[in-house]
This record gives sequence, structure tokens and C-alpha cells, in this order.
Amino acid sequence: MIIKLPKELYQKLLKHTQAEFPNEGCGLVAGAKTGDGIEVKDVYTMTNLDASAEHFTMDPKEQFAVVKEVRNKGYDLIGNYHSHPFTPSRPSEEDKRLAYDEDAIYFILSLKDEEPVLKAFSIKKQKDVTQIELELI
Amino acid sequence: MKIKVNGEAVELEKELTVSELLVKQDVDMPDMVSVELNGEILDRDTFSDTVVKDGDQVEFLYFMGGGASVRF
Repeated sequence: MIIKLPKELYQKLLKHTQAEFPNEGCGLVAGAKTGDGIEVKDVYTMTNLDASAEHFTMDPKEQFAVVKEVRNKGYDLIGNYHSHPFTPSRPSEEDKRLAYDEDAIYFILSLKDEEPVLKAFSIKKQKDVTQIELELI
Repeated sequence: MKIKVNGEAVELEKELTVSELLVKQDVDMPDMVSVELNGEILDRDTFSDTVVKDGDQVEFLYFMGGGASVRF
């Protein structure tokens, strides 16, 4: 499976997480299935209730509002994103432990180096991590 | 009776509690979901006491959180 991410949506995600730096930024990702994968249709910036450089928690009230908006647009909620301000773009032990939604795609943007690194993962059984191919379009 | 769950029409034979509905919806970890009933977010402690009635609209979603946890 390939996830296609329009460059302008990548920029939206990047700007949000950079604005939140040094705290972690988080959000939701909407998309639609295509022939060979998923195309991201929008990203929704969310409040990190933890306001922390090492943790994030989304606000359920915001989540419910976004879920309905995504549905009304005819898209699917395909997953979420968060930044790692000081660590690589890979699921931490906490990311895995809290990955309750096996259907979600977990986008992690690392800001630890000058060049940001965005990767996408599926996480099964709160431990089995698979990187998903991500293409900027 | 008919309700809506996450925007989809669902037909139930009888009234269920929110906890029972989550089981019916194959939610593996009901303790880790947030539930909205007719636009109001429910306290998790009330899932087993709150009865879903005909025409109700239920939304549920998993807790979303995580984080880098430890600086490398």
C-alpha cells in the first residue's frame, strides 16, 4: 500500500508541528482509498492536551468534531499524526502501547534534525510496527 | 429499534447499555474509547448504566495519544 500525501498538506502538518515545538504537535488525517493505496485529503490540527515535549493526548471533543466533518466530506479518518521534537521518526514504546486503533495509520514527524522526517506506520497488537510507503505528490 | 453508530444505521432487537453496544460493535478495548451520545460526551463510569434508546446517535472513538517519552 502507498499513501500519497499532497505537498501542501505536508506543509500544513509541518508548520503546525514546528509552531508547537518544543512540544509535540498532533492531529488527525483524512483520506480516500485509491487504486493502489490511500490519498490524504486533509489534515486537522488538534490540541495536545499534554502540552508536552514527550507526550501527546488529543481532546476527544475535538476528535468527535473532526470525525463528523470528515464523514460529511465523504472521506475516511485514516489515522493521526504527531511530532517527535527530539527523537527519530519511529513509534516509541509509548506510541506502541497507546496504539489502540489497529486500523489507524500513525504518521510521525521527527524534528530532531534540520531536515524534518515524516514516516507512516501501522501498529498491530500494540507492538507490531510496519512502515508504510509514503509519497509526496 | 434503530440507532446510528458512527454515522451508520444500526438495528437492535432491544435496548442496550453503552457497554453492551461497544461489545456488539466488536470494540476490543472499551476502556480506551470515548463515547458521545446525542452530542454529549459520556463519562466512562456511566457506560454500563447508560441505556441507548431508539433514535439515539452514538459516536465512539479510540483514545489517541502517545509520544516520544524518552529523549535519546
